[in-house]
Amino acid sequence: MHDVIEHGKFGVAPAIGDRNPFRRVWRNAYPFVVVGVLWEAIAHLGLLPVQFFPPLEAIAAAFARLTMNGVLPHHALDTLARLIVGFTLAACAGVAAGVLMGRSRRAEDILLPLVSIGAPIPGLAYAPLFLLWFGAGNVPAVALVAFVSAFPIIYNSWTGVKAVKEIWLRSAQAMGADDRRLFRHVVLPGALPYIVTGLRLGLAQAWRILVAVEMLAAVPWGLGWLIFGAQEFLNTDVMLAGITVIALIGLALEKFVFAPLENFTVVRWGMMT
Amino acid sequence: MTDKRASPLRSDSLRRGALTLVVAAALYEAVARSGYFPPALTPTLGSIAYTLFVSLLDGTMLFHAAATLYRVVIGFGCAIAIGLPLGVMMGRFRPVENFVLPLTSALMPIPSLAWVPVFILWFGLGNTVSVLIVFYAALFPMLLNTWSGVRSVNPIWLRAAGAMGANEHALFWKVIIPGASPFIIAGLRQSFLRSWIAVIGAEMLAGSDWGLGWVIFDAKQFLDTDMMLASLLVIGAIGFATERLVFGSVERATIYRWGMAQSARG
Repeated sequence: MHDVIEHGKFGVAPAIGDRNPFRRVWRNAYPFVVVGVLWEAIAHLGLLPVQFFPPLEAIAAAFARLTMNGVLPHHALDTLARLIVGFTLAACAGVAAGVLMGRSRRAEDILLPLVSIGAPIPGLAYAPLFLLWFGAGNVPAVALVAFVSAFPIIYNSWTGVKAVKEIWLRSAQAMGADDRRLFRHVVLPGALPYIVTGLRLGLAQAWRILVAVEMLAAVPWGLGWLIFGAQEFLNTDVMLAGITVIALIGLALEKFVFAPLENFTVVRWGMMT
Repeated sequence: MTDKRASPLRSDSLRRGALTLVVAAALYEAVARSGYFPPALTPTLGSIAYTLFVSLLDGTMLFHAAATLYRVVIGFGCAIAIGLPLGVMMGRFRPVENFVLPLTSALMPIPSLAWVPVFILWFGLGNTVSVLIVFYAALFPMLLNTWSGVRSVNPIWLRAAGAMGANEHALFWKVIIPGASPFIIAGLRQSFLRSWIAVIGAEMLAGSDWGLGWVIFDAKQFLDTDMMLASLLVIGAIGFATERLVFGSVERATIYRWGMAQSARG
């Protein structure tokens, strides 16, 4: 379930023989221009009520207005804070549990059934339950994000530790490595590409779930809540501005977190999971 | 996950696994009965089982499951119907790739559920929203996997088939599709998982009258925790069964038969 092929390399279409930076920019920009023109045409022809289908300049205006008065950054910061706290919890607990499961047969037997039962249930299905148990607000949101993103991390860390070659362990042992050094110098580096993949998948999952959870849990600030709250007042421009911010954060995660993480391990160890 | 299925489970592992579940269940039961938490929030296992049994017998749970599956099938089906051909075209024709890829990479990082409020405004509450959300969630994995599958087809195979006189039609069905199949099936799997998550969320947010996600959310209003946990079990069971039975057998019928299983796992 969690070892599916995820794409790290999409983004910019490979430009062959395109050294002119303007042409390269244009190449990536023109689809957006086409879609933007279509959007404008639909919005201005009045086929749909303006309230539901605002023109791009209205969305941009909402974006600028909300950024200037600090509302949008506040929402975004709160969302990011939840993402970071939840994901950090998941990363610590998940890697620890996964490594333990990989190293000890007993831990594997105990934890694996629980993990395999919990993993196939979509994380969001737990949301109402978490809301009941932890009340509304930040606690259930963070707890759910941590809970959901822990599964891919556990799975991948476990697989990674199990994938460490037996012969590496034996040779290190033959050379007199004690348990601690074996772990630090053999098991951990060997499992790291898998662990990093798990972290990447976990973060992606956390991000996907967080926006939805913010809509369900009555949190005072947060991008999901911004979008959901704007719906009540038919503020479609605010909703679309919020979605733009979500897209930008998602892209930034992709570009500045996932891709470097992957490159780091791939380049350093020359292996891909 | 493949490792787990492949490795023979030793009998004492099985016993210990079962023991874990029993202990976990007993712990939960003890917490539920201790009275430390309100019983409305932590129903006993017996009452969960009873609720599940009753709702299965009188058919409500089946209706909810059918409604959810119906939405998934329509949305997922549309995503395949569009994502697969488009992905193939992206892999074969550079202008299509140049047009679609930047849009995809901009839309992909937006979680599908972020669109729920917008879609509710545009299409009203009900089926349309859930189906569209499923479609949105399933489209991109399908598209990107198909695309990279087609691109990863060994050019030598194409040239060899061309040299042996294969026309475009034969080339497509006999070389490209089988060659790309591991990626396509990985894409199907990933798409289905995404749609299964998305449909639950969409049903919670854009509540219609039926659907497993809607039941959970609705039951929460009435503190009907047994019902919530019962539908959680049904959701997990359906997801698990589809993943194992449907995709497992699709994989066996195609890529294992064609001897391409190696490349299915990255």
